[in-house]
Amino acid sequence: MPPTENTPANPSASATPAIEFTDVEKSFGPTTVLKDLNFSVAPGERVTLIGPSGSGKTTILRLVMTLEELTGGYIFVDGKPLTFEERDGKRVELPKKRTREMTTRIGMVFQQFNLFPNMTVLENIIEAPVHVLGKSKSEASKEAKELLERVGLAEKADEHPTRLSGGQQQRVAIARALAMSPEILLLDEVTSALDPELVGDVLGVLRDIAETTDITMLLVTHEMQFARDVSHRVMMFDGGQVLEQGPPDQIFNNPQHDRTRSFLSSVL
Amino acid sequence: MNDNLATLLSFLPQLWEGIQTTIILTVAGSVGAIIIALVLGITMTSPHWWLRAPARIIVEFFRGTSLLVQLFWLFYVLPLLGFELDPLLCGIGALALNYGAYSAEVVRSSIKTVAPGQWEAAIALSLSPTRRMLRVIFPQAWALMIPSLATLLIQLLKGSAVVFFITLSDLTDKINQLRQSTGDTYFAFSIGLIIYFILAWMLQEFMNFLERRATAALGRRRPNSRTDRREARRAARADTVRKDRLVSHGVAGEGTDSGLGTDPLKRPSSGEGGDR
Repeated sequence: MPPTENTPANPSASATPAIEFTDVEKSFGPTTVLKDLNFSVAPGERVTLIGPSGSGKTTILRLVMTLEELTGGYIFVDGKPLTFEERDGKRVELPKKRTREMTTRIGMVFQQFNLFPNMTVLENIIEAPVHVLGKSKSEASKEAKELLERVGLAEKADEHPTRLSGGQQQRVAIARALAMSPEILLLDEVTSALDPELVGDVLGVLRDIAETTDITMLLVTHEMQFARDVSHRVMMFDGGQVLEQGPPDQIFNNPQHDRTRSFLSSVL
Repeated sequence: MNDNLATLLSFLPQLWEGIQTTIILTVAGSVGAIIIALVLGITMTSPHWWLRAPARIIVEFFRGTSLLVQLFWLFYVLPLLGFELDPLLCGIGALALNYGAYSAEVVRSSIKTVAPGQWEAAIALSLSPTRRMLRVIFPQAWALMIPSLATLLIQLLKGSAVVFFITLSDLTDKINQLRQSTGDTYFAFSIGLIIYFILAWMLQEFMNFLERRATAALGRRRPNSRTDRREARRAARADTVRKDRLVSHGVAGEGTDSGLGTDPLKRPSSGEGGDR
């Protein structure tokens, strides 16, 4: 049942989870998006979150990337608290600097690419390795060029992002995230803003990463075939809760819940 | 009129002094205003209320009080408190504070206008708050704020005439002297208008230059830039040529359609020939 040929992660292994949500709650003002959410992702595991819009999938990724403030519960990365920890029975926020050290292991690719328009493609990629990881400029540039080669854009290193197509921008964004050598990669509807003919290139790059690295991936996508091919596990969300989860074949071929069935029939 | 010109010529050195005073006030005032604007404007975007609140109070205070009263305060009240400033410094200080407060609001709103995705990408790369601002957000906000800053700096240039009230002799004052010595009000004040206009125009050109540079750094051009207009003209010409070709094809097509299999791939070249 494992979807890809390389070693599938084993969620039941006793290793420390790469990501762990404990009683997570997230509300925006009076609206509660996530409530009492508990789940974990094993190192190297690739998990796709699916569900109707407003079910909280993207919020989960944004919480892991610390783009949203956690309103309840705890998130652990490699077993260490990310933003809040429990001290003497109280929920205490961690210093921002500490959180930022944790997030260097996490990379994220956005729906709208979000490349920095004031930097060239190469500068976009080396900014964080040089100024956050403290690499030398020449080392970072060398690695950046290798990454650009890998996403098929070696010749675009000195271009401005605004001169690239959406698909090219997204591949640069993937290279930029990979330049930080993340242990965890969050992919938030990375093909949703692309013209249909450009989706294939981006998915191809992601497939390559999935097949050749053991980066833990948490992805939200509407590309069900892609989700089926690369993920070890699919989690169906509804109303901020995990409705059901399992290997892609089980979820796609034999969903247990009516709501999963009706959701899948609406997107497939 | 010849008398006027002669008086103007002999008055030129004094006029130049006045222009210099106005330029010094404008340049130093602008630099001061921009520094104040950047510090207060960026502080007003802080997530901490205890940083935001004092910055906001300072901005509202200097925006909400008259430039002339601020000038009088620096010139007449500070000495009472034991600080005596050179009139020129008072002028520069008052202009910088007053216009700096206005510009701080421009800086703040430009920073807030940068797409939220840019902040998020910077956080996702774990950039520190300082680097986030300096390397990602500010260069983009800078391009947005320049046009509004240009307007404010031109107002500062024109507003600099108030220093007349604290014994400084700037361009306006010299123009007034010129009026007295020529006795021709129409002539003197028209000269004044022209000189102010030239100064403002130079300032605007400089700000346009900054804006071109800032937008080029973002890989874009200013809206309706010369290059844009040139490209639009070129595209329009190409379009006319294309239409001409279509027309000539239409005419030629009717003649040849009944004839045997004209190769559609060869059509454009025949059309091109027809154009010339």
